[in-house]
Amino acid sequence: MTLAPGKKKEKLDRLAELSAVRDDEQGVSLWREAMRRLRRNPSAIVGAAILVLFVLVAVVGPFFVPYDPVDQSGIREGVIKPGSIPGSSAEHWLGYDHQGRDEFSRLIVGARQTLIVGIVSTLIGLTIGVLIGGVAGAAAGLGGRWGRLVDSVLMRIVDMLLSLPSLLLAVSVAALLGPSLVTVMIAVGVVSVPIFARLLRGSMIAQANRDYVLAASSLGVRKSKIAISHIVPNSLAPVIVQATLTLATAIIEVAALSFLGLGNPDSTQPEWGLMLADAQIYLDVRPGLAIYPAVGIIVTALGFTLLGEAMREALDPKLRR
Amino acid sequence: MFRFIIRRLLQLVPTLFGLSILLFIWLHRLPGGPETALLGERGTPETRAQIRENLGLNEPLPIQYGRFVKRLVQLDLGTSISTKREVTTEFLQRFPGTVELTMTAMLIAIGVGIPLGYLAARRRGSFLDHASVGGSLLGTCVPIFFLAYVLKAIFAENLGWFPTIGRQDASIDATHITNFFVLDGLLTREWDAAADAIWHLILPGVALASIPLAIIVRITRASVLEVLGEDFVRTAEAKGLTERTVRRRHVLRNAMLPVATSIGLLTGLLLSGAVLTETVFAFSGIGAFIKDAISNLDYPVLMGFIMIIAVIFALVNLLVDISYSLIDPRVRVR
Amino acid sequence: MALLDVQDLSVTFSRRGQRTVRAVDGVSFSVDAGEVVGLVGESGCGKSVTSLALMGLLPRQRGVQVGGSARFDGTDLLKLDLRSMRDVRGRDVAMIFQDPLSSLNPVVPIGLQVTEVLVRHRDMSGEAARKEAAELLDRVGIPDPRRRLKEYPHQLSGGMRQRALIAMAVACRPRLLIADEPTTALDVTIQAQILELLKELVRDSGTALIMITHDLGVVAGMCDTINVLYAGRVVETARRKELFAGRRHPYTVGLLRSIPRLDAGRGEKLTPIRGSVRDVLPWTEGCAFAPRCDRRVDACVGAPPEMTPTHTGHEFRCVNPFPLTQPEEARV
Repeated sequence: MTLAPGKKKEKLDRLAELSAVRDDEQGVSLWREAMRRLRRNPSAIVGAAILVLFVLVAVVGPFFVPYDPVDQSGIREGVIKPGSIPGSSAEHWLGYDHQGRDEFSRLIVGARQTLIVGIVSTLIGLTIGVLIGGVAGAAAGLGGRWGRLVDSVLMRIVDMLLSLPSLLLAVSVAALLGPSLVTVMIAVGVVSVPIFARLLRGSMIAQANRDYVLAASSLGVRKSKIAISHIVPNSLAPVIVQATLTLATAIIEVAALSFLGLGNPDSTQPEWGLMLADAQIYLDVRPGLAIYPAVGIIVTALGFTLLGEAMREALDPKLRR
Repeated sequence: MFRFIIRRLLQLVPTLFGLSILLFIWLHRLPGGPETALLGERGTPETRAQIRENLGLNEPLPIQYGRFVKRLVQLDLGTSISTKREVTTEFLQRFPGTVELTMTAMLIAIGVGIPLGYLAARRRGSFLDHASVGGSLLGTCVPIFFLAYVLKAIFAENLGWFPTIGRQDASIDATHITNFFVLDGLLTREWDAAADAIWHLILPGVALASIPLAIIVRITRASVLEVLGEDFVRTAEAKGLTERTVRRRHVLRNAMLPVATSIGLLTGLLLSGAVLTETVFAFSGIGAFIKDAISNLDYPVLMGFIMIIAVIFALVNLLVDISYSLIDPRVRVR
Repeated sequence: MALLDVQDLSVTFSRRGQRTVRAVDGVSFSVDAGEVVGLVGESGCGKSVTSLALMGLLPRQRGVQVGGSARFDGTDLLKLDLRSMRDVRGRDVAMIFQDPLSSLNPVVPIGLQVTEVLVRHRDMSGEAARKEAAELLDRVGIPDPRRRLKEYPHQLSGGMRQRALIAMAVACRPRLLIADEPTTALDVTIQAQILELLKELVRDSGTALIMITHDLGVVAGMCDTINVLYAGRVVETARRKELFAGRRHPYTVGLLRSIPRLDAGRGEKLTPIRGSVRDVLPWTEGCAFAPRCDRRVDACVGAPPEMTPTHTGHEFRCVNPFPLTQPEEARV
């Protein structure tokens, strides 16, 4: 039986779909297997518990804070004097901050801000990085001579970004855009762009060399279709793991930028990194002002790191014995 | 080997060229300019224009860039706009402190990280293993400037074991030849000056080492665990070799390959961290200077700095490649 | 007295959260000085674990338990502490592994990998060790040994690598050599050369050899005594001639039938053994091979079959063995 060209194409697409479905099923079982391993890993459970608590505080907490986090009641009431910031009391559990605001309320509201800044900056880095890495990976894996050229140009740029000290990159972006909350998120996000790009490209090239891609292209499936429906989904696992780990570093980088005076200048939006940076002048007077947000940052970052590392382990085929 | 090194150094030229063009365009596109930083809000449009004219910033970019390259080949990076001093002079004075600090941190990270990672792998599941894995996870999560403050508060201010700030005690009248204070002390045989400089390096060095240390411990541990499962380690054991030989010749040598790669990647991390650590310890390195240069848009300083960073990166990666080829005969440099 | 007398060797792996696995389940055999003994079976039958247990190379963890005894020249190898075991390994008992590429350290020159054994066990050093190493390489048939000493494993061919591994194993003239599938990773033509080399070494030096293989062809060419293993137990033991003249255990017969032969008629089909090694019955509940056996009878299930001795020393673990009269179907 001979098929009309159109029919042949249909048939091939059908075949590709069938093989794609099989891949997806494999993907599901891979994820299911990974989930099973995650549930058994104590550090994954600890990390997840920390994060659930953190997100809960960030989402629900601000509705239940005892005081307005921007109300400078301490100054109004005259309890804040130079060289003395009152500590814990029955009314103000963690005392006042340097501008006479309730520290506990600021910490709770700050959790939300920290979460938002972390997620948004990671998403910025993830989106741009995945775009660059995806294009480079697809071009390198399937594209022939032009593909290799596109890939090598993109990767040259990525490598240049990667070779700059991350903080300097963030600092220059922050200087470029002028201090604001959005600047901080963009600056921190940009730092992770080259990491995501490299990672996705590497994993796509590895996938492109696998037999199933060869099988699909020998069936005549279009290259773009192979890239989108086969290679990308199978390459995303390491990127997701990296995003979890990046959330931890993003929170820390935000603090570093604030420390260098390039953070969000608006202290009516309390954020842990900013609070920590602001507290550095008052270390002798009230070290607690630094310690509370620092502990918050460390514990949250630890939560993301524990979960991310556990995910990496769970997805690593070498460790799956 | 020699030809390999030469070729790698030559490859650096086009990279620097591309990087400098990109940077040049980018920096000059930034809003504002050095005149804003110099004059603040007081500047009238006329004085601003005058300063731009004097600095040669009104000429077309290609001509400005041409001047930059012409000076660069004579190893002249121009004059800092804000300090009015030669950029090379500023760097020669400030970079050595940062280099000393990062080297100290690197030595601590390697010297502690590799043995700890090895022991953790060897005694997998032991208390030591759990402690070092947990510690290294925690280590990457502590903001480095916070750690620096904590170390300073405990060991310098409360216990008084270490100096709180600076690179050298003001009471020491040391001669400075290279501005590497430790090296200067050794060269001039002023032993107490060298010792004092080292003393000042320890706390900031430890603070800066925290993240690289954490990374090296984890990579070493993972790499040793992988090598321990290799067939050739079993062969070595089957030959009845002593534990020492098996460990040094067969396990560590192979396990060092990924560690060498990671050390190359740590340079950027160290330089970023150095800026933060220097601020806490009022350690006069390049950090504060660069921070100011960024906010003042001091073009010559920024261009020169990035060029030097790029050269440092290339050299570090060259060193990593060379050491890699020394460990692994399968990677032969040509 | 036998050089090596293994009695009731058992190895169990128990990992947290997983079923305990009895990889070796009461294996007994002996090796006389200068004798070549084969351990034959499919992968997973416990032959490699047996050899690692003898060398003390199983991971020293709580989950790994080794029982029984292995008397080498009077001393029980299984009871030796690590330090004394290290003295025995490489000097009295040496081992050759399956995959020569992964079994050689990629970043250490071949020469050093040979001389380190000489330095460790024969108190040689420097030039003397290098000279001896070159002679060893020459003896195992590596041309231009002086140059090869300086080379790294990746610069050698597969056959050369296996020869180098053999050189390391025989460097101290051990009394017992254990070869674990030494030819499996090699090309067929190279396989024959390596087997020939091993045969020669054994003949010349009087070293005893335990040959671990899944390939009955290898056994037929080399071994004096053959032990067929199934599911961690020896199911048939015989001198080579007796075994090939009249095998009794259905598993041994099955193994032989599944070997393709060039001289078989065109229409003749290979008869693979049904199922796989995973379809086993625990030995405590009967014959482990019963689920795959064509000659299964009711007596196979219920109690573990015992080794049945015969007057020739031929032993088999089967309640319904092929009869000695050699009916047509048992001859292959």
